[in-house]
Amino acid sequence: MAESKELKVKEKQELAAKAEQTTPGPTFTPDVDIFETDKAITLLADVPGVKPKTLSIDLRDNILTIVGDVEPFEHPDEEDLLVEYETGRFYRQFTLSEVIDQNRIEAKLQDGVLRLTLPKVEKATPRKITVQSA
Amino acid sequence: MIYRRLTGFPGWFSRSPFVELERMRRQMDRLFEEWASPRPVSGVFPLVNLTETKESYFIRAELPGMTAADLDIQATGNSVSISGERKIPAENSNARYHRRERESGKFSRVIGLPGEINPDKVEARLEDGILTIVVPKAEASKPRQITVK
Repeated sequence: MAESKELKVKEKQELAAKAEQTTPGPTFTPDVDIFETDKAITLLADVPGVKPKTLSIDLRDNILTIVGDVEPFEHPDEEDLLVEYETGRFYRQFTLSEVIDQNRIEAKLQDGVLRLTLPKVEKATPRKITVQSA
Repeated sequence: MIYRRLTGFPGWFSRSPFVELERMRRQMDRLFEEWASPRPVSGVFPLVNLTETKESYFIRAELPGMTAADLDIQATGNSVSISGERKIPAENSNARYHRRERESGKFSRVIGLPGEINPDKVEARLEDGILTIVVPKAEASKPRQITVK
């Protein structure tokens, strides 16, 4: 990884297809990293401004849904001078191919980054089988 | 379909096709203007929102995954500079990545403020990945209530 790389501006991706929105306000797609090891799938998502109580993670029928609500930070008496980004709900869905052990899912939210560890069920873990000679 | 519209259009043949083309071009221009980003974006990371009250300016930026130690904030007469490096710690070496959208790197940005500030009393907070800098205005640039005698 190039350590001295300059960070470029990436505009927040607003969700285009508003499927079943019941709450007003914009919805954004969080940036994620997903990686897989033999034991688990780990998902890291940038959700700045989301607090543990406003985050909901749902896994059913292999569909993982992450929804995070951001409350506005501005006080009512503040006036906008420059608005470069908007805040709103974060929403993203994934279809998981591996069978996940639902009881051991771990979620951690720190500094606006969600870390979700989805352990695979035991039988999905590859096991080396040694052939014994008779 | 096209035929019907052409013949049914009053005055089509009397008008020059170029007039019609010009009209379409103007409509297209208007469409593109509406699509263009309505917000001024500086193109420098991080994107900030700037608000003000009578007492101070508030600068906010989204910096998920950063800690106070990664940030360097400096204030001068009428500007605040934010610089730092966003680090994404390396994970298990035998991990296979499916998606890699989060980015790491260095950044530096100077935000000019519309009025004089009090650089000694600038405060910064980093909470849930959101940086808030409270910049008090200098006495001279605060609005003053004037009573009419």
